[in-house]
Parts: sequence; structure tokens; C-alpha cells
Amino acid sequence: MEIQKILSVMKDVVSNPGKAIKNYKQQTGKAVIGCFPVYCPEEIVHAAGMLPVAMWGGSTKVSKAFTVVPSFCCSIMQSNIEFAMKGTYDDLDAVIMSSPCDTLKSIPQDWLYTIPHIPVIQIVYPQMRKLDAGIKYLKSEFQRIVRALESIGGEPISDAALQESIGVYNEHRQALRNFCRVARSYPTTITPVVRHLVIKSGYFMGKGQHTLLVNSLIDELSKLPAEEWTGKRIILTGITAEPDDLLTLLNENKLTVVGDDLAQESRQFRTDVPAGDDPLMRLASQWSLVEGCSLAYDPQKKRGQMIIDMARETGTDGIVMCMMKFCDPEEFDYPILAKEFEAAGLPLLFLEIEQQRQSLEQERTRIQGFAEMLSMKG
Amino acid sequence: MSEDKMTSKEFLAELTAKHYQDAIEGKKRGELVAWSSSIAPQELCETMGIHVLYPENHAAAIGAKGGALPLIDHAEAQGYSLDLCSYARINLAYKDLQDCCFENVPLPDLLIICNNICNTLVKWYENLAKELNIPLICIDVPYNVEYEVTQERTDYIKAQILEGIRQLEEICGKPFDWDRFHNVMETSIRAAKAWARATSYLQMTPSPMSGFSMYNYMALMVCMRGREESVKFFNMVADEMEQMAKNGQSQFPVEEKYRITWDGIACWPYLAHNFKVFKNLGINMVGSTYPPAWTLLYEAGDLDSMAKAYSSIVLNLNLKRNIDLRVKIIEDTKCDGAVYHLNRSCKLCDFMHYKISEEVNKITGAPYVFFDGDQTDPRGFAKAQFETRIQALAEMMENNKQSKQN
Repeated sequence: MEIQKILSVMKDVVSNPGKAIKNYKQQTGKAVIGCFPVYCPEEIVHAAGMLPVAMWGGSTKVSKAFTVVPSFCCSIMQSNIEFAMKGTYDDLDAVIMSSPCDTLKSIPQDWLYTIPHIPVIQIVYPQMRKLDAGIKYLKSEFQRIVRALESIGGEPISDAALQESIGVYNEHRQALRNFCRVARSYPTTITPVVRHLVIKSGYFMGKGQHTLLVNSLIDELSKLPAEEWTGKRIILTGITAEPDDLLTLLNENKLTVVGDDLAQESRQFRTDVPAGDDPLMRLASQWSLVEGCSLAYDPQKKRGQMIIDMARETGTDGIVMCMMKFCDPEEFDYPILAKEFEAAGLPLLFLEIEQQRQSLEQERTRIQGFAEMLSMKG
Repeated sequence: MSEDKMTSKEFLAELTAKHYQDAIEGKKRGELVAWSSSIAPQELCETMGIHVLYPENHAAAIGAKGGALPLIDHAEAQGYSLDLCSYARINLAYKDLQDCCFENVPLPDLLIICNNICNTLVKWYENLAKELNIPLICIDVPYNVEYEVTQERTDYIKAQILEGIRQLEEICGKPFDWDRFHNVMETSIRAAKAWARATSYLQMTPSPMSGFSMYNYMALMVCMRGREESVKFFNMVADEMEQMAKNGQSQFPVEEKYRITWDGIACWPYLAHNFKVFKNLGINMVGSTYPPAWTLLYEAGDLDSMAKAYSSIVLNLNLKRNIDLRVKIIEDTKCDGAVYHLNRSCKLCDFMHYKISEEVNKITGAPYVFFDGDQTDPRGFAKAQFETRIQALAEMMENNKQSKQN
């Protein structure tokens, strides 16, 4: 398939997830399960033959949600509640939410009372994830998901199906890691918006299908000569770098994304599920291997050094901190990261992300200024 | 003055001063000092003879004494968002400056947290551990999705208590004294019972205790829950309340016309103002989530029950249980209304509270108001809004009373 054709399939899905969900339900007769950020063991949903669909909010005017949470709540959650109250999610058969922060402890509980027609499966990942007791506990949380999905689907989820789904997901992770690496050589074709599209589209289609598309894209790209780039190279860190208009501003200022540490992007696929005989233990053990995420307990705070290492490997000129407004875990990481980047001589741009923002003029100025500053550094 | 001749107020002042002084002197002698979150299992450090200081308590005192802003400014200059918990901002700034309007406490040699009150602690203490390069003992208490603490959660928490003990043995270079641990647990349980007994006088009508006095008493429950002095102090408070009730007296200086529940953390920089507004309207704050929060009851020697007790803290309960708890507080303390503090510092104190308030109101019929505030950042509170809201609540409570009489 040609590059543009692959991208157009991806764009079609991303611009209308509702249609993708309806099609899936019609074609398979199976359930569709919403997966709240940041982490969700989608493999279990996949093994149940259901479609997991990520719910990272979106731009919408918030009014109903303010009867549930105050305005100083993370904008992804504001959007999700608003969409749910407006009926946008009515085709979902259930929603899985995990609670790594105080906001995400509260929202699933509010949901039970506010949107009772869409069942919630709330789980809590352990913070002491390097302890055996933590992994064992997490397995018990995943077992709750298994039981809930078996009840929705009316069929048992076998260990064999779980093992197979873990394989599908690990292949998908590998494909996206490969894509991110290859994309660095094609900054003109794979603009920041396109890079995000390729990753995001996987949230609304079966992972097997998405892996095929991503691998085809990598094959097609690899046939082309590497593209010259006269602009600067950046790494994005934070929860998300949406909306697309923001990513367009990066491109307009000749900034290409050579790597990311975004919760919506690389943090989802940089850690494989390890091998093992017990599939739920495998899934739980993956959490003990996650590093450099603001939501995974780490008193050594390795995230900064991990980004600095990535910057060295990719010849990065600067870091863009995409700060999700009202996100405590990210806001606590920021002062330490800022110090570490400064010590490493890596310029840093701080951008505030809010999904309901109407204008990006302030961001435009800041990105222009950052790009100019990087140019002057040579 | 001997303890027998002191009032509870004098005894409290002495104990609080001693708590800080012991840590300061101990640090000079090379003894270990820990910083701890407010409802972490203090029994572990108490057993090991480690001085424990409580940054939340320290920050609240700084806020109450009007000294928060210089520290908050410093934290924000370091890149900490003004949307983050103001206790954390004050403490992270204090870590750099070691200068404040209250006790200049020593920096810690180790940290211990239990995230039964919030996950903000995890991030806050990660930063302390990283920047001070000291060990952090984390007792992770997963949020209770179900009504009760499940056995899987209990097993996980218990394993961490044992891991915490192992870490302490390593840090202190000596074995953990299990007999002493048992004694500390027994003392802590007696202190919790004495605290429950003292605060139970808030249920009397009229109450001999003013709810704002409870805020002062609470400092000891945060800082010295595992000490005999706390048992003695809270029994002393209870005895005083008993005597006042017999004499028809109250700490609340005017006639108690209305009784309310205050939901959430106090606005420490505006305590005097808040109290005055209440007093002028004859409102005694008798209901609070603080009394149950520190009534940590378990079986001494039984780590399962200890794990469950630490997991059953108000802020770690699901919404249904939060509703039931508040209904019980309102009923036990016979409240006429409720005030919800929409606290900019504490997302867990806010993000379920629209639902909680609606449901509690449906069950109890007690009117309620919200006001915007912050536990220690003085910029997050407006006196005029608070006064208007409380006046509105007083009117609603009066209407209810009139309707009942008619």
C-alpha cells in the first residue's frame, strides 16, 4: 500500500472513532470496551474478542461535566465526562479505568453515579511494583477485569487466548518502536502531526490490523532515501501533545519530533510484556518493568536521565515539556526535570496542554521563540 | 508545672514544643530523624526510636502563623505549579531554605509515607528522596474500589509493612524489636480510643467542645500517636469536657444556635476569620471527618487488622462509603447543615464532593454550601465569598428550624 493510502486509512479511523466502533459491533457482534488513560491491560479485552478503544478526551465545550467536577480538573477527564453525559460513548459496553492519581481515583466513582448506564471496571495499579506482593496484588486486580469481561461477553477468557493476545500486543509495541526509529529519517513525510496520527490510530482498531499497517508504512518509508532536514530536532515529554494544531505549529517552525516520552505515545509501547507461563502474571510483571513514567513510583526519578539518554542517541536539540494542566504527577516531575535538562545543556520549552483551549496564539509565540533560540545555538 | 496541675491547653503547648525540640536536639546528637506523612504507620519508627516530624503538620502551622507566602514563592520559582498541594509546596521550599516563621526543623535522614490520604504524597516525597538522596519507605495502600478492604489489598499492604521493617533494620543497623512494636501498637490503640473519647463530646447538644479546639488537639494525634503522653492528654481533654458539660459550660463562647459539619481540611491561614464568622452566627462546627480519620483501631500484634485500619482512612474510601460516613457524622453530631471546603490543594477532597454533597443531602435533608479555599495558600480564599456562603447556610438552617417548629 502506498504511504498516503496507509495514512488515509489511519486518518479515517482517528477522525471518526464512533464509526469504527459501530462497524466493529456490527461486523463481529462483540462488545467494545473503553479504556481510560493512562494504563490499561488491553490484552485482556483483546483476548475476550472485544475491541478496546482508548479514551484520551478531545476538544469539546464543557458544561455538563462541571456539575460533576470543578474546573481545576484535568481537561482529559473534563472531556470524557462531558462526552459521556452527552451520549457520545453510548455504544461502549463498559469502561476500564485505573487510578494512578487522585483525580483518577475520583472520576470512576463519580461515573458510577453520573453515567450509570455504562459500567465501570475500576482497578488500582500498585506503586510498590518491584515487590512480589505488588505484582501478585496486581494480578488480582486484572482477575477482576477478567471476571467483569466474562460476565459482559458471556464466555470464559482462556489462558491460551490471553497468551496469544500478549503476543499480538508485543508485536504491536515492536512495530511502533520501529516506526518511531525509522520516522526520524523522514522528517518531511512524517511530520509531527503524521507521527502522532500513526500512533494514535492504533487506539481505535484491532492491534493486529494496526501492526500490519505500521509495518507496511515502515517498508514503504524504507524504500525512500532519507530526507534532509535543515530544522531542529526535539523530544516531546508529558501526557499528550494534542491537539494537532499544536503539532502543526512545531512543523511550521521546522521542529521535527525525533522521540517522545508521552504517556499517550511511547510510554504505551516501550515496555514489552515479559515471557512466562501465567498470562496474568506476565501482564502484572510488565508494570514492574515500566520506568520513567510520572505515574509509576520511582524514588530515584530516572525519567530525566532516560530523556537525556534519548536526546544523546537521537541528536536532539531541545526538549518540549507538554504539561497537562492540573496533572499533579507531571507537575511534580517538572522542577526536577528542568534542573536535569539544564545541567545537561538541553534547552527546554514548557507548553501547557489543555484540551478545551480555543486559541493557540500564545503557544505559537513560544514555539517560534524556542525555534529561533535553537537556531541561534547553531 | 507538674502535668497534674496543667490544663489540657498548657499540656498541649508543652508536648508540641517538646516534640519539635526533641527532634532538633536528637539530630544534633546524630540520631535519625524521619519526615513522615500524617497517617503513615508511625508504629514502625516509634519502635525503632527514630524522631519523626510531619511536614503536613509543619506546613499547616506555618500557614496558620501567616508565614506561607515566602515559601510558596520559592517553590513556584523552582517550577512547582500553583495548582499543586500547598503543603507540598511549603515543604519542598522549606527543604531548600530551612527557614520559616515556625519551628526550623532539621532535614530528614529518611522518609516514610502511606498514600492512604492521597497519591500527591508519593510524588512530593519522591522529590524529597531524590533531592536529599535519602531512603524513602512507601506503604502503598491502593484506593478501595470496593466498600470494604479486600483480602488481596490487605495481603499487599501487610507485605509492605514487613518490607518497611526490613528497610528500617537496614537504615538503623539494628534488629527490629517485636516486643516493643507490640507495646507501641497497644499504646497507639489506646491513644486512638482516647482521641475518639475526647472528640465524642462534639456529639453532645450543646457541645462542651468547640470544633476549632479540635484542630489544636489534632496536632498531637498527628505527631505523637504512639506515645503515652497522647493517651494522657486526650483523656485529660475528655475529663475537662465531661466537667464542662456537667457545669453547663462550653468552649464555644456564644449560644450554640446551629451545628454544622465542616467537610475537608481547615483553611489554616484564616482560622481566626472562619471562627469569627461562625461565632457571629452562633454556628458551632461539631462535625468533621478528622475524628474518624485518626481513630485507627486494630488488634495489637495483628498486621492484617493494622493493614486494614490504615487502608480505611476517609480519603481512601469509595464514594458510597464516603456518603455513609458523612451521613453518620451528621446524624451522630446532630448537624443542621454542612460546609464543603473546595480546597484547591486537595483534588481528593474535591473531585467526589459534588456527588457526595448531593447524596448526603438527599438522605439527611441537611442544607449545604461550598466555598473556594486552600489549606495553606492564602491566595486561594476570599473572605467575602466565605461570609456570604455561611450566611446563606445559616438562613437555610433557620428556615428548616422554623418549618420543623411549625
